[in-house]
Amino acid sequence: MKKKLLSLILTGAMVMAMAGCGNSGATGSTGNTGNAGTTATATGDGALTGTLKLGVIGPLTGGAAIYGNAVVNGAQIAVDEINALGGGFQIELQAQDDEHDAEKSVNAYHQLQDWGVQAIAGTVTTTPCIAVSAEANSDRVFMLTPSASATTVTEGKDNVFQLCFADPNQGSASAQYIFDNKLATKVAIIYNNADAYSTGIYQTFKAKAEELGLEIVSETTFTDDTTDFSVQVGDAQSNGADLVFLPIYYTPASLILKQADSIGYEPKFFGVDGMDGILTIEGFDTSLAEGVMLLTPFSADATDDLTKNFVEKFTEKFGEVPSQFAADGYDCAYAIKAALEFYAAKNGGLDVTDLSAEELCEILISVFTDADFSADGVTGLGMVWDTNGQVNKEPKAVVIKDGVYVGM
Amino acid sequence: MKIFEKASVASRKAFLNYGIVLVFFIVFQTLVSTGNISSALKGQLIPIACYMIMAVSLNLVVGISGELSLGHAGFMSVGAFTAVIVSSSMAGSSDMSSLIVSIIVAAVIAAIAGFLIGIPVLRLNGDYLAIVTLAFGEIIKNILNCLYVGIDEKGVHFAFNNPAALAMSATGKVIINGPMGAVGIRKISTFTAAVILLLIILVIIQNLVNSRTGRAIMAIRDNRIAAESMGLSPMKYKMLAFTVSAAMAGAAGAVYALNYSTLVPKKFDFNTSILVLVFVVLGGIGNMTGSIIAAGVLVVLPELLRKFSDYRMLVYAIVLILVMLVTNNEKLKGKIDTFFKKLRMKLSKGGRK
Repeated sequence: MKKKLLSLILTGAMVMAMAGCGNSGATGSTGNTGNAGTTATATGDGALTGTLKLGVIGPLTGGAAIYGNAVVNGAQIAVDEINALGGGFQIELQAQDDEHDAEKSVNAYHQLQDWGVQAIAGTVTTTPCIAVSAEANSDRVFMLTPSASATTVTEGKDNVFQLCFADPNQGSASAQYIFDNKLATKVAIIYNNADAYSTGIYQTFKAKAEELGLEIVSETTFTDDTTDFSVQVGDAQSNGADLVFLPIYYTPASLILKQADSIGYEPKFFGVDGMDGILTIEGFDTSLAEGVMLLTPFSADATDDLTKNFVEKFTEKFGEVPSQFAADGYDCAYAIKAALEFYAAKNGGLDVTDLSAEELCEILISVFTDADFSADGVTGLGMVWDTNGQVNKEPKAVVIKDGVYVGM
Repeated sequence: MKIFEKASVASRKAFLNYGIVLVFFIVFQTLVSTGNISSALKGQLIPIACYMIMAVSLNLVVGISGELSLGHAGFMSVGAFTAVIVSSSMAGSSDMSSLIVSIIVAAVIAAIAGFLIGIPVLRLNGDYLAIVTLAFGEIIKNILNCLYVGIDEKGVHFAFNNPAALAMSATGKVIINGPMGAVGIRKISTFTAAVILLLIILVIIQNLVNSRTGRAIMAIRDNRIAAESMGLSPMKYKMLAFTVSAAMAGAAGAVYALNYSTLVPKKFDFNTSILVLVFVVLGGIGNMTGSIIAAGVLVVLPELLRKFSDYRMLVYAIVLILVMLVTNNEKLKGKIDTFFKKLRMKLSKGGRK
């Protein structure tokens, strides 16, 4: 009996797998034929119409899942808002998981292609983004990454744009900010030397700090598996650093804060956008994060209407205050819509439904590199892009006070 | 048919493997050239072939030589990063020649790494050996995390811990940037090349296993003392299997690396080693056919399960457990064996008529 049941279940699993195979093949071919050979249709009234298939790729499971989910949720809010407006323009959103792995990310990208994706808001993390952007560049699919910040993401690829600051900007902007506001005389750096993001910011921070004459008294490293930071924090303390710069993600940062607290070391802590999310860690005593400063383009307590609206909707739908990544996702959807509207207004209307990814890619590239085009969002007003694909907007520094981010 | 009947069981099994690989190649190559394949599956063909090579090469160590190695991804990464350096320094040459040279150099360097690591590791046995291979896998990953390689008109520069230490001229380009890995890799791997490599590796492994050397390796696995008393040197034969396996993993790594435009050392961590070990164990230890099939199915499966969205990896795990239960069920195994025996008898009867 047991044997029969087992084989039944197994056959079931195989049938499902095969059904999946046939299915994806079918969508792939219809997607291709549907898109082939159609050209941009102008309706003549300068209006943007049709349905856009927008794909998001990011880590929805695994260690970096909080970023991917935040971006998807943020983008979902933007898409819901846009679709609720009516007016003939709709967005269909599909998110695919990449587990923060380049190989899986390329797979996710191909899945989206089989679905008939026209533009991609992604990918969320840096290393997968470099792999996917190379594929998208040869396939001519437009990509606007919400948060992949390395310069190599956009380098030499005219179809890839960033909504977040590039790493060099983050590192040097942090050093500049610390110097300008005289936050410290002796700086310690703790960074993850097994991580592209962290090492990238460290390198540019160090270069800028040396240029400005900021004294770096301690540089210590750790890797992904590190859970004990006594050496790193102790080194910073014994060298008398009064500010610790943490160009790292929030999970190790929370451990560093705990370690510093346990040895009674109270320097200023300064982070970058990876630190965003530290308040949402389960079981983390947020009082430890009091006074932590971070450079981020988004603060949820801003009082402008755009941010208020977004934070309110996000909190209502997902039950938490949106992080910078959610804001990036939200802005990505709106930036793409703004670009399409810009094109439609200039060229007497645009129906996106039958446009192929290649055609849409050329349209979006022409708009994003247009000197007259700028987009407004919750992560900055008047964002403009240069031909390298990097964004230009004002960074904001926020400090954690009473368990919330407050603008400085 | 007669030749086939006369052939030994071993070579019949070997030809079955070549057949499986060729069918796999012909089916998918036809699908690709007629455009009937989803881009999701098409994008996975090269990684599938690479994982198949990884699985059969690990099977040589785990199944034939009988040593549990948990650091196989380390050799893959040695090959991968070697291939990146070789292919970028051959920027002027054609894709085909760059690919072939990269694979060969990657295999040689990985073999050297395998030999060096084998010296201390193979002095151990059982669990201790497994743990030390795990450690070496991590050590390789961490060394690559600190490795910076640049290239300029004078040649290739190496440095540890700091890209500034490369001391390159103004036109120099950093190819491997520590934990940020390699970017701008030439994408020159092809499905055909990957399958040819897989076939070559199968030929090597299967001939090795059926040779005098192979029998010596298996004798040492089955009874070390008896084998030693026959005058076989365990260290020599184990080392041979370990080094050959490392070289093959390096070649797989080369093809894998040259299929993506970016590569980070973190990719080749403990999890990747375990993933390959899962292919070997699920396919049956010592069973090359099983390794090939398991690698193919298990690489594609997570992608096919995408429609379960959040429950994807849960379903994947359940499938793994079910396969494990079924393949280890003696009664079921017996049934399957008798089924194939009957089938074979019927076929041979038909053939004699």
